[in-house]
Amino acid sequence: MSALTFTLKVQPKQRVDMSPLVPANLTGKTIAEIAQLTVQCGKPIIPVGDLFDISGDDAQTIVINNSFDKLDFIGKALENGTITVNGDAGAYLGMGMKSGTIKVSGNAGLYVACEMKKGTLEIDGNVGDFLGGALPGNKMGMKGGMILVKGNAGARVGDHMRRGLILIEGDTGDYCGSRMTAGTIAVMGSTGRYLGYAMRRGTLLLWNQPQLMASFNDCGSHTLGFLPLLFNSFKQTNSKFAESTAAFNRVQRYAGDMSEMGRGEVLVKL
Amino acid sequence: MIINGVTIDATFAEAFPMKATRAIITAQNEKWAMIAAQAMTGFATSVIACGCEAGIDRILDSSETLDGRPGVAVMIFAMGGKGLAKQLETRAGQCVLTSPTSALFAGIDSAIKIPLGKNLRYFGDGFQVGKVIGGKRYWRIPVMDGEFLAEATTGQVDAVGGGNFLVLAQSQPQALIACEAAIEAMNKVPNVIMPFPGGVVRSGSKVGSKYAALNASTNDAFCPTLKGMTKTELSPDIESVMEIVIDGLSKEDIDKAMRVGIQAVCDLGAVNGIKRISAGNYGGKLGPFHFHLQEIMA
Repeated sequence: MSALTFTLKVQPKQRVDMSPLVPANLTGKTIAEIAQLTVQCGKPIIPVGDLFDISGDDAQTIVINNSFDKLDFIGKALENGTITVNGDAGAYLGMGMKSGTIKVSGNAGLYVACEMKKGTLEIDGNVGDFLGGALPGNKMGMKGGMILVKGNAGARVGDHMRRGLILIEGDTGDYCGSRMTAGTIAVMGSTGRYLGYAMRRGTLLLWNQPQLMASFNDCGSHTLGFLPLLFNSFKQTNSKFAESTAAFNRVQRYAGDMSEMGRGEVLVKL
Repeated sequence: MIINGVTIDATFAEAFPMKATRAIITAQNEKWAMIAAQAMTGFATSVIACGCEAGIDRILDSSETLDGRPGVAVMIFAMGGKGLAKQLETRAGQCVLTSPTSALFAGIDSAIKIPLGKNLRYFGDGFQVGKVIGGKRYWRIPVMDGEFLAEATTGQVDAVGGGNFLVLAQSQPQALIACEAAIEAMNKVPNVIMPFPGGVVRSGSKVGSKYAALNASTNDAFCPTLKGMTKTELSPDIESVMEIVIDGLSKEDIDKAMRVGIQAVCDLGAVNGIKRISAGNYGGKLGPFHFHLQEIMA
């Protein structure tokens, strides 16, 4: 069996809702049947076959070639299976995914992995705002799983995050970890302003000293026993986090946001 | 059967089903991991009055533990799952949580989980932090020396308790030397504990007593000072009897431990005053696991 491959013929001018192209919808269908499925492209609803050349037969392993930043909702509510995106992905990549793996070779847009429940998502490039966050108006962001971003992330990383792990090799924008309820965000690069804004619980693990708000209190420098376990768990990732030189267990601990519940922590490598 | 001049009695040890768990204690160094382990497994020689039987399974190198520090694996055995959970939690809370630099991890995987740090977290008074790492939940409980890290749960498994053998010797020192040799060999066998002091019990019991309030009393048939007063199992040349009791995760684990233990005793042989190896049973009516000495040593 070979991977079910969608190769984009021409980049449409309008955004495309890719949510129907997940293993649960495609398993057991022939290429002709898949070509007749429809996706929304702007206002019109068009057959998949008009947008993509389709080949392969393993619906559990999906490849999207020539992908670009207007292909939204890739891997929405994914359950099992793998989606590999060659190129960029649009907004809402992996939204609400329940399990499985998504890999993107390029960049991704807004709300990547928003309200994700489980599974693994890897992005080689940069991502937009609200990575692992909650949809506007919702109170619960990412609830589990792991996100790895090898580039930079936008603002509001992990907004309303409830559980799970976000690893960012690059920098983040402002409001990283805002309104977090729990979970862990690790950032190797720099972080923007208003780090941990209104966070209730959770951990922000940083390699570089951030610009902290006055509502974060210094708890001193510590050697924390859980950090070796955390770094051990990173070893399975294909990232800088897996390198043995990345690990540390000595940190400066800041507690906050004291204007909220204040049980969150910012741990900065010493 | 005679091995090196030591008679192996044609009898069997009788053992019972138990519930068991294992936990791993780590600390800044082996000394403090061992102190916590010894505290946690203290006063746990017999379920009769201690509520559980516990002991040290083995010492772990820092490369074998989750947090990369030296550790000690302890095992706890009880007659039921509820009692086991209670003993584990009480001992973890009073003996490991309190021990400097310690951390506590699950030592066995099973479908049945019992709380390890799950309820100890409330000691954190709201400052505790939960972390799910690699699919397992851990609790970070703030304490005065830093943080106490404890895995939320550990596994509970079916196990076997009460495997035993008796060492019958010409003198008390010779019986003790033989038992020490047996324990040294048996400590190398994984998945078993010998819960009595130093692994050896000198006060083997029988079921029942002349006193109505007691359900166990001294095993007079093996008491050397009573040879002329009771229906004795001892010949005139035997002056001291000591017992080794073994709890293990499976019948095979106990088989193996008994074999290496009895062999170590027999290696000393009759020349060192060891006369017989026997075992304690209740006629085969109470425990479903029977360890026939001659089959084990065949």
